[in-house]
Amino acid sequence: MSDHTYQPDVIRDQMERVTRRQFLGALSMGVGAAALTQLPGAPAFARAAGMDISASPIPHFAPRARRVIFLCMAGGPSHLETFDFKPKLAQLDGTPMPESFTQGMPIAQLQGKQLRCLGPRAEFARHGKSGLQVSGFLPHIATVADDIAVVKSMVTEQINHDPAHTFMNTGTAIAGRPSMGSWVTYGLGSVNQNLPGFVVLTSVGGRNPQPIASRQWSSGFLSSRFSGVEFNAIGDPVHYVRNPPGVPDDRQQHLVDAIGDLNRMRAEQTHDPDIDARIAQYELAFRMQTSIPELMDISDEPQDVLEMYGATPGDGTFASNCLLARRLAERGVRFIQLYHRGWDHHGGLKQYMDVCCKHCDQPTAALIKDLKRRGMLDDTLVIWGGEFGRTPMSQGDGDDPGRDHHIKGFSMFLAGGGVRGGMSYGSTDDLGYNAVEDVVHVRDLHATMLHQLGIDHERLSVQYQGLNMKLTGVEPARVVRGVLA
Amino acid sequence: MRGRARECQGAGAFALGGGRVAVVCLAIALSSGTTGAQQPQPSVAAATTSDSVDFVREIRPILSQHCFACHGPDAASREADLSLTTHADATAARAHGFRAIAPYSTDESEVWLRITDPDNPMPPHDARNPLTSAQIELVGRWIEQGATYAPHWAYRPPRRTVPQQSARDDWARSDVDRYVLARLEAEGLSPAPDADPVTLIRRVTLDLTGLPPTSSEIDAFLGDASDEAYERAVDRLLASPRYGERMASLWLDLVRFADTVGYHGDQDHRIWPYRDYVINSFNANTAFDRFTIEQLAGDLLEDPTQEQLVATGYNRLLQTSHEGGVQLKEYRAIYMADRVRNLSGVWMGATVGCAQCHDHKFDPYTTRDFYSLGAFFADVDDEEHLRDPYAGLNTLPTPRVPEMRVQSSETSRVLDAIHDRIAATERRLQSVGDSLSEAQPKWEQELLSRLDAGSTTEFVWVDDVLDTGGRTQGDWTFVREAGVPPQSGELYRRQQSNGLIQHYSADTTQKQIVVADGDVFFAWVYASPDDAPEAVMLQFNTGGQDWQHRAVWGGDQIAHGRRDKSWAGYRRMGSLPETGAWARLEVGVADVGLEPGAVISGIAFTQFGGTLYWDKAGMTSTRAAPASVELALRTPAEERTAEQTRLLRDRFLRESPEMRELRARLAELNDERDAVMRSLPLTMYTRALDVPREVRVLPRGNWLDESGEIVEPAIPAFLGRLGREGRATRLDLARWLVTPEEDGGIGGSTARVFVNRVWAMLFGQGLCSSLDDFGGQGVPPTYPDLLDYLAREFVDSGWDVKALVRRLVRTRTYLQASTPGERAFQADPENVLFARQARYRLPAEMVRDSALAVSGLLVEQVGGPSIKPPQPEGLYRHLNFPTREYERDTGPEQWRRGVYMHWQRQFPHPMLRAFDAPTREECTASRPVSNTPLAALTLLNDPTFIEASRAFAQRVLLAEHDTDRERIEFAWREATGRKATAGEVEVLDHLLSEGLEYYATHPNDAAQLVRVGDAPVDDSLAEAELAAWTQVTRAVLNLHETITRE
Repeated sequence: MSDHTYQPDVIRDQMERVTRRQFLGALSMGVGAAALTQLPGAPAFARAAGMDISASPIPHFAPRARRVIFLCMAGGPSHLETFDFKPKLAQLDGTPMPESFTQGMPIAQLQGKQLRCLGPRAEFARHGKSGLQVSGFLPHIATVADDIAVVKSMVTEQINHDPAHTFMNTGTAIAGRPSMGSWVTYGLGSVNQNLPGFVVLTSVGGRNPQPIASRQWSSGFLSSRFSGVEFNAIGDPVHYVRNPPGVPDDRQQHLVDAIGDLNRMRAEQTHDPDIDARIAQYELAFRMQTSIPELMDISDEPQDVLEMYGATPGDGTFASNCLLARRLAERGVRFIQLYHRGWDHHGGLKQYMDVCCKHCDQPTAALIKDLKRRGMLDDTLVIWGGEFGRTPMSQGDGDDPGRDHHIKGFSMFLAGGGVRGGMSYGSTDDLGYNAVEDVVHVRDLHATMLHQLGIDHERLSVQYQGLNMKLTGVEPARVVRGVLA
Repeated sequence: MRGRARECQGAGAFALGGGRVAVVCLAIALSSGTTGAQQPQPSVAAATTSDSVDFVREIRPILSQHCFACHGPDAASREADLSLTTHADATAARAHGFRAIAPYSTDESEVWLRITDPDNPMPPHDARNPLTSAQIELVGRWIEQGATYAPHWAYRPPRRTVPQQSARDDWARSDVDRYVLARLEAEGLSPAPDADPVTLIRRVTLDLTGLPPTSSEIDAFLGDASDEAYERAVDRLLASPRYGERMASLWLDLVRFADTVGYHGDQDHRIWPYRDYVINSFNANTAFDRFTIEQLAGDLLEDPTQEQLVATGYNRLLQTSHEGGVQLKEYRAIYMADRVRNLSGVWMGATVGCAQCHDHKFDPYTTRDFYSLGAFFADVDDEEHLRDPYAGLNTLPTPRVPEMRVQSSETSRVLDAIHDRIAATERRLQSVGDSLSEAQPKWEQELLSRLDAGSTTEFVWVDDVLDTGGRTQGDWTFVREAGVPPQSGELYRRQQSNGLIQHYSADTTQKQIVVADGDVFFAWVYASPDDAPEAVMLQFNTGGQDWQHRAVWGGDQIAHGRRDKSWAGYRRMGSLPETGAWARLEVGVADVGLEPGAVISGIAFTQFGGTLYWDKAGMTSTRAAPASVELALRTPAEERTAEQTRLLRDRFLRESPEMRELRARLAELNDERDAVMRSLPLTMYTRALDVPREVRVLPRGNWLDESGEIVEPAIPAFLGRLGREGRATRLDLARWLVTPEEDGGIGGSTARVFVNRVWAMLFGQGLCSSLDDFGGQGVPPTYPDLLDYLAREFVDSGWDVKALVRRLVRTRTYLQASTPGERAFQADPENVLFARQARYRLPAEMVRDSALAVSGLLVEQVGGPSIKPPQPEGLYRHLNFPTREYERDTGPEQWRRGVYMHWQRQFPHPMLRAFDAPTREECTASRPVSNTPLAALTLLNDPTFIEASRAFAQRVLLAEHDTDRERIEFAWREATGRKATAGEVEVLDHLLSEGLEYYATHPNDAAQLVRVGDAPVDDSLAEAELAAWTQVTRAVLNLHETITRE
């Protein structure tokens, strides 16, 4: 726990002397806006700068996690073939789904179709000291069974991919709201002054991948400085981060220096504090031009680490991105989100579970182990899961049918960051349809995540269109204390 | 008065997907520890300071923020049955003789006792929403002064006001200035001095056209010593077509105009003619009331013009989805909510969307109002993509019917001429047909003998057009794509899928085929070389559900009828033909189990995966005529049915040489007409359903709950009623928005919303700073009288937008310098009183347009399809259904203005995003102005800006100047409008000499730098010199000042 951004007194002392110029400078250095709120004059300055800031000093209490790595399995992995073993469903395989389960429930692609049970298409076994049940599709994750807490009672509210992703990321399906990564960086700021606080990586591979909109990492009505920045495995790591052709670094440095000199002259003439912020941003931009390509080049990793993840430098796979996630975490990036987009298994469930698990299983386990051996798992919260789960009912004919979208009960797991390992929390009914015990709504997951970061979800709010907006929205949300160490 | 913290829930776009009541809402938690720090109230008191407390500006915001969540308009969440929203409610006698508010007496007012009670305060401790002592004092004084209520400022028609006279009246140039001056004097402030002329001409040129002035425009302005110089410049700018392009940005943000559907696959949709309608309307200075009516209800006007129909594209601008598994009723609710949010945001400055699940917490909108407003749009015919999301919609663009063809004046002349020729040919056909009748018996004889002799004939099932009648499945749009010439006729179908896709027509009445021995079915197909299908199938229907006749080429991916062994219901025909060429698939009738005499009434065209083009299909037969014709022929003339008689006559006329020639002529003309029609752009518009959809109040916004009452279109109840017999229409709604209050509308209020936005465009922020919320949680205007005055003047002017803009830019207030004095900054850091002009970074499009203009690359052309300038490769790699590459423009269109850029809602151009352009998913009334490293990287390294820098450098080098210093001064002035100081020239001169030194010794680097982009490189210039100058012009285009409006 070595970073120093959590010292309100330091910031307060600093800001007692604040001028508007310094305030903007501090913001441009990545200090969380919410952390600056106790400063005299800060709210007015912030508003004048077109920013919102919350009045509530953060952290609200001692954090257990410094950062989050969110592994998004877009498309919605089946809980029934990963963590939630249902022997009863196996017994009913091929028989009509009891209507008591499905009557009046929203249904996606199975609308108007006959509904039949599909037994688990995987073997399950118990693993680790905890004896956690994990399917045979996930042999590597099984080896970290004692480090993860599986929540088997997740529910969400959106049954189609696009709105469900938006719901998982922003707590609502309405466009224009900040994503969770933006909320976190807004509240806590970034530690590394050369990198954005919120980074998104997407992976190649997988069949018929889900479309993912940049809305998923948008800062919504918060300043765009809190927006997720997508790092690309292929091409420029960040848009426009490379010098133009024919301009080596020292030329670019001269140019940026000249722009800085000229802007400073203008600032002298006009006393316009926005120019100081502009100068700071150019300096940061120039540092990013060096730090980001260096960060993204994993060829300096030892061979055994590359093998542990199954990563090949520059291949853009989920494996490489897991390794990058660790490097980002090491450098103090606050919120790291990885997408694998191949989990929408309406048909060919076994075939494509196999494909997707081969992409994701080993690197996910490697990431947890790697963080652990570096002592970083303690303060890094890792979250794994999709935007929803899949139906106990089958979809399609043939040898290898699939499952439809399902929102009434599915599984996710958490690891590190103060989460108790080797446990399962909540449960679905005998057929894996409804979450019935210790139900965890998406907003409970959000509340828990914020809690581990030292944030009371009720108090991280921003006024927008006359309303106090929160990640967890308006319905009651609870911290899932049962998974905490 | 037991209170507890309450939370407001707002509207959900996706109100519910889960069936369960889900509140996806605007989150408000009054319990979250808000203090003054995050309240929207400006730090300067909103109104003139005086001892007399103003309810609207001082008290209502306090009640709204601290009390209304539990004691406000929403009866369902009201605590202690106490409402503080009206004077009557607040002062009513309650049990035990209490009154919440007793006018003139704090001691008898329960409200006062509680807000000052340290032990049991209001708001309660657990609401974490305490009043400040200043607020408590204010409430106390208000009660002592009689606790008068006044209607919320925005629900009152604008009043006719007159400005106060001021001692410094010589400063004022207009009544607007007098309002400002009076307030400034009351605050002890003075207006800033006038801006210098260079700053002024740059400001007004950017504000009115979105482009910086050229040096010669600046010189002309500086050289015009007359009093009218500025007025003349303003008139020149308002007359420029650039004005409409600039104003359009403001409007397109509000109405969420974009080139893609927004949800899931984010496919392109056809809508750009609407954008041109907006630009042209501003340029033509269309009155704002007409502009409003045309967009909301142009289709309901009598004999609408093409422009008025294009304008109704407004109703189609919302985000749409055809994601697999969408549920019609859910999306019907989502679309309606989207439209209500937008309507109320654009025209009413209201957040009616908050009333989707419950009555509005702060404003008087009820849930019933929400659904009643939504009912106005229940006649918009737009659901086809929801009814069958699998009907081949994963195309670019994706069809969103109804769409209309848009003619230019040129094309309509051409079409008129063709139509005249078609009419003449048809008349000729009629007369020739009449004269030929006597030859028919002879022809019948000849045909009979040919039939007896036996010869080959082709029966066409489908070619260019589906005319089988009966029912169909799938998209039967016929297209023609570059690189794939048709095998037959002019058109073919494109069938694409990631899995199984099937299009058929069945139950035909027009084209039944009677099978005979030896007949062969055929279909022409062309498989895309990049995306070949895995399997292709032809399938035949013999009536009813009998489809057990299949022929399959390629793999076994298609499961229907598949068995281990090939059989008539799944005949394996071998491998697929080669890709990239037309191939004729053929299968004999016996191979698919058809006996002679079987009647085919349907054919299905199926494939698994890939992209396949389908052209002519049908059957070849050894017979000279179809069985139906033969049967008619063999029937004695007097026994033939009317149908048989018609059949024979049609066939006879078709085969007559003279008729054939005329028909060919007619077909040619039709083709010609179709070709012109196909070349016309399509655009979505509004077509009204005969029977509007039923609209119910959805309890808690839950679309699965159909227990709510049915509502008819109606305006919000507290604003009155439309005095109208029968069902009200969108046209009634539009007219209500622009009819003055005295005549039963809310025109004055609508005007107030719009003039406030125009003010914000010209002064950096609105007179009411919450441009999108004039409701109780919005910010009261700093100059309410001025806002009312401007609204009335706007209506009185006949909603003349140019006159409004002209009026505002000619005020002294507009002319002020934007550099704040120390005193003014301390007193009013946010400049809500406008004692100076605003300085802010240019909007995204202007950042781009300025660089292109200064560099000389800008290509000016009003209107047309959206452009695709270069963007980072792979930006769309996360898009699917279908996957796509961004095909960037390589011609001069890439240097057109930002307003024409392709707007991909899910992935807008990174340059636009870096400078805060919205995604246009929702109504945006004001863009944030951020200052981020990503913006810096964009200006530094985006190839478009590198190219512009190099073109700018060419301009600089080719201009007539003697020295490098003069060239630097020229570049500086082009970009910023002003002369560079000696120090500034020094910095750039140093950068130049370093660059010259470097590039002289690094020719490869020089060559690379100057070759970025498509703009031609001037060969007469030395590359090293051009590269060094490119570094200089890069610096100039990156200056804070270059991208700032001061």
